[in-house]
Amino acid sequence: MRKVGVFICHCGINIAGSVDVDKVAEDLKSYPGVAFATTYKYTCSDPGQQIIKDAIKEHGLDGVVVAACSPAMHETTFRRTAASAGMNPYLLECANIREQCSWVHQSDKARATDKAFYTIQSMVEKVKRNEALDPLSLPLTKKAMVIGGGIAGISAALDIADAGYPVILVEKSDHLGGKMANLSGTYLNFTGAPDLLHRRIDRVLNHPKLEVKVKAEVEQVDGYVGNFKATVRTDGQTQAFDVGAVVAATGYQSYPQSRLPEYGGGTIPDVIDGLTFEAMLAPGAKVQRPSDGKTPREVVFVQCAGSRDPEHGVPYCSKVCCMYTAKQAMLFKERVPHGQAYVFYIDIRSAGRGYDEYVQRAMTEARALYLRGKVSKIFQDGDKVIVWGSDTLSNRAVEIAADLVVLATPMAAPEGAKELAQRLHISTDADGFYNEAHPKLRPVESLTAGIFLAGAGQGPKDIPETVSQAGAAAAKVLQLFSHDEMKAEPTIAQVIPELCAACGLCVKACPYGARQIDEILEVATVNPELCQACGACAAACPNKASVVRNWTPTQILFMADVLV
Amino acid sequence: MSLFTHRFSLIGGNMIDMTLQQQVNALAHETIQLCYHCHKCTAGCPVAQDMLHGPDILLRMVQLGQKQAALTSPDIWLCAGCETCGARCPNDIDIAHVMDALRQIAVAEGVKPAVPNVKRFHDIFLTVVGLTGEMHEAGLMGAYELLSGDLFKDPSIMALAANLFVKGKVPVIPQFSKNRDRVKRVLEMTRRQGDKVTR
Repeated sequence: MRKVGVFICHCGINIAGSVDVDKVAEDLKSYPGVAFATTYKYTCSDPGQQIIKDAIKEHGLDGVVVAACSPAMHETTFRRTAASAGMNPYLLECANIREQCSWVHQSDKARATDKAFYTIQSMVEKVKRNEALDPLSLPLTKKAMVIGGGIAGISAALDIADAGYPVILVEKSDHLGGKMANLSGTYLNFTGAPDLLHRRIDRVLNHPKLEVKVKAEVEQVDGYVGNFKATVRTDGQTQAFDVGAVVAATGYQSYPQSRLPEYGGGTIPDVIDGLTFEAMLAPGAKVQRPSDGKTPREVVFVQCAGSRDPEHGVPYCSKVCCMYTAKQAMLFKERVPHGQAYVFYIDIRSAGRGYDEYVQRAMTEARALYLRGKVSKIFQDGDKVIVWGSDTLSNRAVEIAADLVVLATPMAAPEGAKELAQRLHISTDADGFYNEAHPKLRPVESLTAGIFLAGAGQGPKDIPETVSQAGAAAAKVLQLFSHDEMKAEPTIAQVIPELCAACGLCVKACPYGARQIDEILEVATVNPELCQACGACAAACPNKASVVRNWTPTQILFMADVLV
Repeated sequence: MSLFTHRFSLIGGNMIDMTLQQQVNALAHETIQLCYHCHKCTAGCPVAQDMLHGPDILLRMVQLGQKQAALTSPDIWLCAGCETCGARCPNDIDIAHVMDALRQIAVAEGVKPAVPNVKRFHDIFLTVVGLTGEMHEAGLMGAYELLSGDLFKDPSIMALAANLFVKGKVPVIPQFSKNRDRVKRVLEMTRRQGDKVTR
């Protein structure tokens, strides 16, 4: 007969305020199987945990029920406590008498106390029948794949490779550097972007732990965290790689300006987009009108050309345009000192250290004239491009006959992003940007374990943010690789082979793809990496051959017996 | 000289002169491009409700080179010079100083003041100071009343004047300061400085 110890927590007044914990403990002392029952103010505290440890040793307990808050809070904590006292951690269970009892029945103390009593009792019945289990060890391939060779991919790859792990970097185009390679300079400090980038690219190409594949595309990524199989196609040939983690750093593309016909996008030659103007501002290049090659004197910059515009399919803000427009206005003034830049904006988004001061410099030093209003129409008139905009600050409509117009078009997800996401088994939002596991607290993890996100593929962002995110993704990969093997919870489904008829119903029922039929042994198998212990297989199996460990039908029936 | 012979105008309307901003910046020693139109100045201006545009919109007109509108606005003459705007501006722009600069430019370019009595008062005040080297209130009031017809319209001002006169606070005979010449020189030098920038 198991000797179960029951530890009821007051949780200050959180539980004790509604539940008479002393009475419950007293009543449980005489329950068959309970060898010891006590209460304590804050069981999760050090002295509280010590009580559990002491009781395990003193009374030779081989089962523990901690009646306190939700197991989501402290199950791990208490299981570690039990392990440190020499008891198998899976012989410890938490009975939730706070969130699901005292907190919701504050007005009826008598019934709350009763409910707590029965809840704990049912958990005692479960623990009496728990198996002592050991965490599962799963193999781990300590090699990473980084998809995308722009600044995000390069940074992540270097961070991982510098830590000593092999990395394979896959890039779709024929060169590394992504969009950053096309920039004239970076905002804030104007250092030639090419220089910054070339040093990194050199390191990547010469790194002993980095293998680079250009003109290569990822066809498929199968498997699970620690054990992915990725197929890469280069020049028509496919190659398979075994990797333990994947970083998706596939970047962005510029929204096609032909989707802005009211701005003459795609039809008026002297209406260009931000990236095109960047190329003209690069050292050694010329600022000139595409139509006749003359130097433009009056340049109109149109911010929010498509962004923040649900009607154009881009409801979001592209984040970087306010800053790069200010940069371009300043660089333009340097190149064409007698020129004049006009910037049409609706807001100035310059959040970041030194960002707002930077934009102010465009207004003071480069004397760019900032006009607050959205541009309505852009059309050709002779050799000039007429811009009809507005200035809400003076409540007037403004017309400018420009030599060149630069549209700050949105940062969009690259073509084929949704399809690639499917091949990686990760999800995107409606705009094609990868979804992170939690927007606030888990910004670099996808919802698929082992696949991490970095850079503009996850949403518009600039270079400093991209580099930060790449470092964070690399840290997650290194976290994974820092263990020699992966530990998984053993409370997953198992197959009783004598009862299994290999009918395959569990395979169909499993939402996680964790079940397979072993055709030689003619029995179903469980993939411990993927099984989430949902119990669908247990419900589906007609022979009761599928059982979730420590949640067996017997246990559940005994628990139900107490409660019903 | 305007560099902008190309079209930068209000739709269907007047051309815009970008040099006005530079002129005002030079006169007022300010950088009015920094104004981001938060309206804090207008919100705190004690005479804003009597103005046509308010200090913020007026500054926008200067930024956009709407010269005619700015110089013919009554706002520049109604400004009391209390400097509440300048004290509160997050970008440290002294709008009162900008108003002063606009007044100077308006006078230099011969633009008829939108509130003539304010200019009259300025002129009479400075004339009296130039003549006596100090202030002669009776002379100022008398001359202002003659030229504007303003004072006698308001009975409360007349009552106040009478009260002060009876108490001997308003001497009829002007006092001439012995530093009269120096004061005159200061006025001339200031005028010449102003002319250098406005012309």
